[in-house]
Amino acid sequence: MISVKNEALSSREYRGVQQIVGPLIIVDRIHNVGFNELVEIRTSGGEEKLGLVLEAGEGMAVVQVFEGTTGLSLPDTSVRFRGEALKVPVGKEMLGRVFDGVGRPVDGGPRPIADERWDVNGVPVNPTARTYPKKFIQTGISAIDGMNTLVRGQKLPVFSGAGLPHNKVTAQIVRQAKIVGEDVSFAIVFAAMGVKHDVARYFIDNFQQTGVLENVVLFLSLADAPSVERLMTPRTALTIAEYLAFRENMHVLVIMTDMTNYCEALREISTVRGEIPSRKSYPGYLYSDLASLYERAGMVEQSTGSITQVPILTMPNDDISHPVPDLTGYITEGQIVLERELAQRGIYPPIAGLPSLSRLMKDGIGPGMTREDHAHIASQLFAAYAKVKDVRALASVIGEEELTPLDNLYIKYGEAFEQQFLSQREDEERSIEQTLDLGWQVISLLPKEELQRITEEELVKYYGK
Amino acid sequence: MYKVIGIVDRVLGPVVHARDVVHAQMLELVEVGEERLIGEIVKLQGNRISIQVYEDTTGLAPGASVYGSGMPLSVELGPGLIGSIYDGVQRPLETIKHRAGQFIPRGIKLPSLDRERRWPFTPAVRQKDAVSGGQILGTVPETQRILHKILIPPGLSGSIVDIKPEGEYTVDTEIAVVRTAQGDRPVRMFHPWPVRRGRPIKARLPSDTPLITGQRVIDTLFPVAKGGTVAVPGGFGTGKTMVEHQVAKWSDADVVVYIGCGERGNEMTDVLQEFPHLIDPRSGRPLMERTVLIANTSNMPVAAREASIYTGITLAEYFRDQGYHVAIMADSTSRWAEALRELSGRMEEMPAEEGFPAYLPTRLAEFYERAGMVETLAGEKGSITIIGAVSPPGGDFSEPVTQHTKRFIRAFWALDRDLANARHYPAISWLDSYSEYIDDVTPWWTREGDPEWPRFRHEILDLLQKESRLQQVVKLVGADVLPDTQRLILEVCSLFKNTFLQQSAFDKVDMYSTVPKQVKMLKIIVMFYRWGLDAIQKGATLLKLRKMKVVSDIMRMKFSVANEETEKLDALAGRLEREMRRLGEIYDISEK
Ligand SMILES: Nc1ncnc2c1ncn2[C@@H]1O[C@H](COP(=O)(O)OP(=O)(O)OP(=O)(O)O)[C@@H](O)[C@H]1O
Ligand SMILES: [Mg+2]
Repeated sequence: MISVKNEALSSREYRGVQQIVGPLIIVDRIHNVGFNELVEIRTSGGEEKLGLVLEAGEGMAVVQVFEGTTGLSLPDTSVRFRGEALKVPVGKEMLGRVFDGVGRPVDGGPRPIADERWDVNGVPVNPTARTYPKKFIQTGISAIDGMNTLVRGQKLPVFSGAGLPHNKVTAQIVRQAKIVGEDVSFAIVFAAMGVKHDVARYFIDNFQQTGVLENVVLFLSLADAPSVERLMTPRTALTIAEYLAFRENMHVLVIMTDMTNYCEALREISTVRGEIPSRKSYPGYLYSDLASLYERAGMVEQSTGSITQVPILTMPNDDISHPVPDLTGYITEGQIVLERELAQRGIYPPIAGLPSLSRLMKDGIGPGMTREDHAHIASQLFAAYAKVKDVRALASVIGEEELTPLDNLYIKYGEAFEQQFLSQREDEERSIEQTLDLGWQVISLLPKEELQRITEEELVKYYGK
Repeated sequence: MYKVIGIVDRVLGPVVHARDVVHAQMLELVEVGEERLIGEIVKLQGNRISIQVYEDTTGLAPGASVYGSGMPLSVELGPGLIGSIYDGVQRPLETIKHRAGQFIPRGIKLPSLDRERRWPFTPAVRQKDAVSGGQILGTVPETQRILHKILIPPGLSGSIVDIKPEGEYTVDTEIAVVRTAQGDRPVRMFHPWPVRRGRPIKARLPSDTPLITGQRVIDTLFPVAKGGTVAVPGGFGTGKTMVEHQVAKWSDADVVVYIGCGERGNEMTDVLQEFPHLIDPRSGRPLMERTVLIANTSNMPVAAREASIYTGITLAEYFRDQGYHVAIMADSTSRWAEALRELSGRMEEMPAEEGFPAYLPTRLAEFYERAGMVETLAGEKGSITIIGAVSPPGGDFSEPVTQHTKRFIRAFWALDRDLANARHYPAISWLDSYSEYIDDVTPWWTREGDPEWPRFRHEILDLLQKESRLQQVVKLVGADVLPDTQRLILEVCSLFKNTFLQQSAFDKVDMYSTVPKQVKMLKIIVMFYRWGLDAIQKGATLLKLRKMKVVSDIMRMKFSVANEETEKLDALAGRLEREMRRLGEIYDISEK
């Protein structure tokens, strides 16, 4: 390795770096810089890049370069330390615009006039200042509204797999999400990390068709952008979301896709730095890192806005125990799991009946919010569907003919549940009453005695109606 | 009090290294840089130290000063703890909110105990009384439920030369002066205690009293004794937090310390908003009047997560020392272990299994060792029961944290993914869970519950085992081929699972069950089996059994019979017996 001496261009700027390792550069013989400080890097060709200080030593720094280090040379790169963390301009003007992963406009428009500049890392919310999310969001999708209810301020990811219709499902959620009886629409913050152009295009077209584009802020760090930039994309997006929600009191829906790509970028940096790896070579701090994003959902006192997060991730090999879905599930307030088997049988949306869960459901449903029977019918649909799985397994061994009459009813219920309750058209928006009535319709295929999670009064009122 | 003891020369996230260090002590509390971020010395090597910093280190640069306090990281122990919510290093989050708004700024320093608030104090000693550490100096009614006992700090002994009369004082008032061999020492209503050092006790005692949690599957099948240790492992969404919350709400502990360690902010908010409105059935007072919360949520600094466990257990010990039975929940100990791993990694220590430091088991042991039933220095009986959630990656219990934890706990409430998916809550597996406290608490249950209790419990566990074997057969050939005597086992177990084991945390009636309700429900189900078997042996069919009118009432008994009206269960048992006998008689006669 050649050693290059750097030259101080000013008190904060230097020419020449000592080492380039993957997406990292090491600069020494500099003044002492701060941890996590923003760095501007200029190539000999005049190209500007941004980076962050990952490690601050005496007279040296390890810097991670968002746009990657291609094109950098040891002697001709100049590095300027900004003396502050990465801050992005925030303002209502950003609605309707498209930015890259670090908040620079890429739609050809001018830099937005920012009201303020906020630190992308955010600041932890004091748990005593949070407002517990309780307000039911109707998505018009039965599998969600009926069984995995989303509430305003929740973080509810979509766990998907390659080739499954997560984009369709998410787009449908975005199109149909509303609070019944309220006339406020959601502002949408959309962060794309490492996904292909057509995915971004699909969402943009969708926003356009529904006429909400001027209510959307897009952050695109697509597959051809350097992977490190993905690390900043969700942070930038969430910073704007926080501004809109907590300063402008708007209800914000944040879509982040694909979190698996984000995690891979994190793994890449960690590997280059030679950190002790944890499961599947992901760094041990993956949990904390993901939490620093997902925990930025919610509501706080003194502001009437909210941040609802719907992150999307693809499970490598459809494996829900892979570190990315696993650690996500440990942080988020439930998950909507898409199932390949349902999709292959042509069922849309292929929302898995059992592993999907909404943890905030209990507070958003019931009399005055949805309907008094909601909790019980949902629980019963789950329980009965679990039984269907057992019966199907049995049928595959002994043959359907050998099943008892009761087991046969379960088979019938399973079919109806999947074909009538789960299945719906992409443009079909069901009211919560329709969803619950459908639930009763399919559960009524089972004899009353089997419905142990439902009260006598509910049976009288709804069973077989 | 603070003076410069070294200069920062490397910043690696939450771990900061410093050079040219003089007069530093291991585990000393320090402040770093101009923002005075708080940290703790975790490694001393020649004139170099490593510090774990409890706040975000963004912007911290080499060259910054390290200020030593000369003291270990400590908590303040005195009136005002109950009902409070603290971060991992005991900073008062409610006060921080009033000072700084909805976000937690860096470098903020506020006393843990309110210095302005006046507490009514009643002395319990007089001039010239000989006193020693742990002895009760006086009392303060902290809440309507907790009489806070002001203790002589452990280690101090001598005679009282001055004691304040009954009256209202702030926590830092010198409430007494103790003449010791080293001179006169003032005593305040609070004293500091280093979090990493367990508080002294007089003796450890055996425990024969269960911690009643009101959760049937726990109390009846896998009980924990007061002073015991439990692990609650489970994959995401299987119900660890719900179990911890249920125990925090309904257990018969005097004081509850709840540590949210690296988990969700909303879960702490939930407790904060719910507990003041929930009434403790035993005292008739809001649950918040016995609860202390420690919150280091997953987005708060990782080093403070490591400390939060010790902060919590030290507060628990303090209430134990006042003669209380304390239950402490740590959700999740895995996040604590991961914090340990992250800090260890940043200090470039040699990793052992899965990157965890080799001292992980030692640390786990030290934590769980701080549980127990004890005789306090003041000669009273107090206890700490630890209930630690474990979040194994991929829900796989063979990983290091679960495995090592298992060595130090004696009750294991294993949460099962399939049960959770079928919405069988609490998803505590009856096959994988265990309790080693059963022999300890059996006398209590036969005395307070039912003399037959051990037999009922044994019988139902036995049926569950048999059922799980029968299910293997059923999976291959269906249930139809089994004789009715075996199908009865399936039937009874299904009844037991649905009515007894499943317990809804959200149902007003079902959310907790008193001991009599549990015992009577158990008895009804066991008797259903015994009498049912008898009837079948006499010739009745399972179908007939199922069709009895009483069955649907049994199925709904948990919802329909409130804790205060368990005599209805006696009536139900009576009806069951009559209907069963009638069934049996029909066949008895027809046979003759
Ligand atoms: N006893 C119960 N009664 C009703 N619902 C329950 C019960 N236990 C668990 N649940 C349901 O399961 C969901 C998940 O439970 P919980 O949040 O306790 O899981 P967890 O194991 O703590 O998950 P994580 O590790 O991700 O924090 C709850 O939101 C609730 O819907
Ligand atoms: Mg939890």
